[in-house]
Amino acid sequence: MIDYSLLAFFIFSSIAIFGSLMVVFKKNPVASAFALVAVFFSFAGLYALMSAHLVAALQILVYTGAIMVLFVFVIMLLNQDLPVEDLKSSSPFFKAVSGLGVLVLVYALVRVAILARGMEPKGSLTEDKIAEQGGNVKLIAESLFSDHVLPFELTSFLLLGAIVATIALAKRKNVAGGLKS
Amino acid sequence: MMTLEPWMMLVVSMVIFGIGLFGLLIRKNLLVMLMCVELMLNGVNLSFVAFSKIHHSLDGHLAVLFVMTVAAAESAVGLGLVIALFRTLRTVDSDQIQILRD
Repeated sequence: MIDYSLLAFFIFSSIAIFGSLMVVFKKNPVASAFALVAVFFSFAGLYALMSAHLVAALQILVYTGAIMVLFVFVIMLLNQDLPVEDLKSSSPFFKAVSGLGVLVLVYALVRVAILARGMEPKGSLTEDKIAEQGGNVKLIAESLFSDHVLPFELTSFLLLGAIVATIALAKRKNVAGGLKS
Repeated sequence: MMTLEPWMMLVVSMVIFGIGLFGLLIRKNLLVMLMCVELMLNGVNLSFVAFSKIHHSLDGHLAVLFVMTVAAAESAVGLGLVIALFRTLRTVDSDQIQILRD
């Protein structure tokens, strides 16, 4: 008998890793954007495998629905003469050093992940208990409006600031003697 | 027989984070650099969910909600900045954006 969740894990994680390598190494930004869409969908699958259904749904809504549309829209706006040779512009020495540094970092992090295998669970919300108390979404909503209500309200300030900043940036103003000159 | 365990998800999330960091370091196109930041944020989100699975708690899911909000705001403002830069300098190459140096 095959463990289907393990099979799904390997499929989703290989799509995620391969897609993110494509994001980094594709020359055309449009190809990078579409590889990123595949990465986001496979991440939603990984969340669903860990029975984080709310996060999986939000991943598809927020990332593939909103953020990727924004990226593709901006690529479309700037489409005239995007540089495609930027992979070669940084020196091979710098690439080797940063690759080595990232490899060391990932090695250390993976050692931490393997340490996490023997961790004792601190909370009490096991899978059965979550189902008993009304499910993932209900528990998260209750916690969001009781324990974490201050960061939740601060989020609205953040979004308001982002709206104002984006409008201020996007507004075209005719400044004489500005950068354009 | 192997079964699916949360630490495997942790390994995947850390590898994705590393790939995103590497891309952020070597790419010069501002759009692709922003995409690599999104990759790093996604890797962190996956490790939040995996740790909350390990610890039988739901606090990690809440952290993911807040990270997603910050990521959405960050990409909106970042792409607005990219458009404003392209409008004035006609480039999205981070090597050619050096008006502070002159």
